[in-house]
Amino acid sequence: MAIAKNDTDPARLTQKAIDALGGMRRFVSRGDVVVVKPNIGWDRTPAHAANTNPIVVAEVVRQAYDAGAKHVVVTDASCNEPNRCFQRSGIWKAAYDVGAEIIIPGEHRFRSMRLKGEVLDEWPVFTPLVNADKVINVPVAKHHNLAVFTAAMKNWYGLLGGRRNRLHQKIDVSIADLATFLQPTLTVVDAVRVLMRNGPQGGNIADAKDLFTVVASTDQVAADALTCTFIGKTADEIPYIKMGHERGLGTMRWQDLSVVEV
Amino acid sequence: MVAAVRTRLAKVFAGSKRPGSGIPARNVIRVLVWARRFAQVGFLAIFLYFLFETGFRGSFAAEGERIRVSGPVEAFLLADPFVGAMTLLSTHTVYRGIAWSVAVVGLTLLFGRVFCGWICPFGTLHHFFGWIFPSRYLKGGRRVEQNKTHPVRQRVKYYLMIAFLGAAATGSAIGGLLDPICVAIRAIGLGVIPATQYVAGRANDAAAATGIQAVQQTGDKAQDFLASTVWQSKQFYFHQTWFIVTLLVAILFLNRFVPRFWCRVLCPLGAFLGVIAKYALFGMEKDHAKCTDCNLCLVHCQGADSPQGGVKWRQDECHMCMNCESACPEDVIKFRFLPGRTSTIGVPDLARRTVVASAAAGAVAIPATRIADVIDANYDHRVIRPPGSVEEREFLERCIRCAECMKVCPNNALHPAWFESGIEGLWTPILIARIGYCEHSCVLCGEVCPTGAIQKITEEQKLGINQKPISIGTAFFDQGRCLPWSMGTPCIVCEEFCPTSPKAIWAEELEVPKRSATPGENGAEPPMEAVKVKRPHVDPALCIGCGACEKVCPIQDKPAVYVTSVGETRSKTNVILLENTSYTQS
Repeated sequence: MAIAKNDTDPARLTQKAIDALGGMRRFVSRGDVVVVKPNIGWDRTPAHAANTNPIVVAEVVRQAYDAGAKHVVVTDASCNEPNRCFQRSGIWKAAYDVGAEIIIPGEHRFRSMRLKGEVLDEWPVFTPLVNADKVINVPVAKHHNLAVFTAAMKNWYGLLGGRRNRLHQKIDVSIADLATFLQPTLTVVDAVRVLMRNGPQGGNIADAKDLFTVVASTDQVAADALTCTFIGKTADEIPYIKMGHERGLGTMRWQDLSVVEV
Repeated sequence: MVAAVRTRLAKVFAGSKRPGSGIPARNVIRVLVWARRFAQVGFLAIFLYFLFETGFRGSFAAEGERIRVSGPVEAFLLADPFVGAMTLLSTHTVYRGIAWSVAVVGLTLLFGRVFCGWICPFGTLHHFFGWIFPSRYLKGGRRVEQNKTHPVRQRVKYYLMIAFLGAAATGSAIGGLLDPICVAIRAIGLGVIPATQYVAGRANDAAAATGIQAVQQTGDKAQDFLASTVWQSKQFYFHQTWFIVTLLVAILFLNRFVPRFWCRVLCPLGAFLGVIAKYALFGMEKDHAKCTDCNLCLVHCQGADSPQGGVKWRQDECHMCMNCESACPEDVIKFRFLPGRTSTIGVPDLARRTVVASAAAGAVAIPATRIADVIDANYDHRVIRPPGSVEEREFLERCIRCAECMKVCPNNALHPAWFESGIEGLWTPILIARIGYCEHSCVLCGEVCPTGAIQKITEEQKLGINQKPISIGTAFFDQGRCLPWSMGTPCIVCEEFCPTSPKAIWAEELEVPKRSATPGENGAEPPMEAVKVKRPHVDPALCIGCGACEKVCPIQDKPAVYVTSVGETRSKTNVILLENTSYTQS
């Protein structure tokens, strides 16, 4: 796991964090179809910090191409109207400018699939994410009123279509189920600007705080366990992180891992 | 139908020998006829393109945070002088772009009803169906008979037009119900396009079910293409749109019996232009003596305006399609500037008493509908107007039911009202949050509204940056159905989606008793347990009525949180809170 800070340029932070893990070539092979999955959930601008920082997304795309990826797709299944989310988050343009294909989550992109989870059984699944060779999760770290804090594992809500609103009744188990189903090649958590309260969609610029930090990890549970400290929480307070740990998806004791600070 | 097209095209290209004296049409007329055909196809294409672009699809090129439509997608409505006349009468003002309709009036003063014959997309549809539809009926003598002027039925459109203007004078732009541009946008935008999308969606499902990757990928690519050009990335649904589509099909079907029935009998815009067509500088002259009664002009006549010899030409009915002169083998018909008017009738053939009666009927219809319980008493809570809408009475003065706002809404939130706002409010826009909510930073409905029923507001006005935000209603909880309130189950999706800051929906966290689902030992009562839930509440001072909470509430059939119109910014009477009440303004 690597933490990049002490810089204000999101692209450099991203690059440093990935380099500290051994560079993108460790994760992406020549000819891969790579899906970069940011959080593009809300019709909010970068200043609101409800979506992943577009510069971080673009840097991950660029690195994937540099590592030899045949094709890089950037996509998410948004909560608000997707076209607005993709455009106003700045991710559409940023990703397009570095050559990524942007897939708008149209209805035809979802196919029913068995997830074999504890609460998630058969659901419409967003096909670009399951059809990829490599998936890179690029979530944003932020406060969440029900789940306390969200970053990597919760970002897989964007894997599902259908009536996601029912998931909140067992939000922690459903997050753990999704993280069990989809374990990414690499997780890059954007904490350049972090929504400290009123998450997940915020709306007030005053609710967000510049932290200028990017975390890269191969362990999505550890990534969540580390980044939740940015809003003053610990992994023990967040049930889904514990569930992920207990299911063996990763470790919530991130301190036990070798953490490189750059 | 394919065979019919083929035989007709064969006739067009074969250049069959002209009967009678066989005098060929003047070259300028042959050119004009083809120019007209190209214009018709071109304007229909532009109309459809604008309709397809009436929406938001996003763009990789766009940098800005402000989202606007891609061009003057409402242009045909702005150029519609009947809309201009109605709103002028009802509001005594001309709303911005509608001044463009003066250009169409000017065009009519020069050339007559060229708008009907050359430009109107709905007219072009009728022209096409009137040509291709009557495959077995309406041939030869039958067609000639139907294409002769039928004054009784052709008067109807004038009376309708007058009645609608009467209604406009008493404060309602209800004439939009029959304005051809409004009809076309409404029926194609809310009916034909979504229905085609639905069919394409099912076709794609079938492609997906094949399990063959190449087929699936081709299907997905086709869907992506259509979603980025013709429709949106999700299926749109419109409230009671079956009725709108049924009327369209019926009106197109009538071409089987009377070609261009709509244009000749019903169209109030055609009537409006017909009234001013008599001043046109360009028109027809006839040499009756040369006419052999071959009736070829009548076979091709669009307006049923008596082009044949022996009777006077009805200038107010003529669509200026030029077919008659093009068809005439005898040198009877001549279109020219400043023609002699001895064989022309320019004024519609109307009965004065019926004109007065029509205007009066239109004028009294509005008070008659308004003494029903729709505006002042028993105002329906479902009449949630789009953000930026003016106060209800002024709204009805302006709204022409063109459906532009419903078409452009990226969330499928706006719908044509059925009878929620009374019979007068038919097809005016209402928000149905269960189908779609009002996207927080979106102002597109006001952008495309051609008459100002929905004002062009900025993001700052809508969001309330340094001012009060625009509210279209207020949310209420049905505590008996709400999961945290009545079932001890965590949820608060409503709070998550609430877009205001601070959130209008707030939650109190508490521990509530919940009975276990499994019985105790030996069939004893199931044990009680304590669960932590967050119970949502609405702050009516902050709620903007966007309906996001209602849309996402997981109680699928009848949501536990719903929005009603009370508290809307535009009304000084439909309010809840004391501090929002002001009796100094009406």
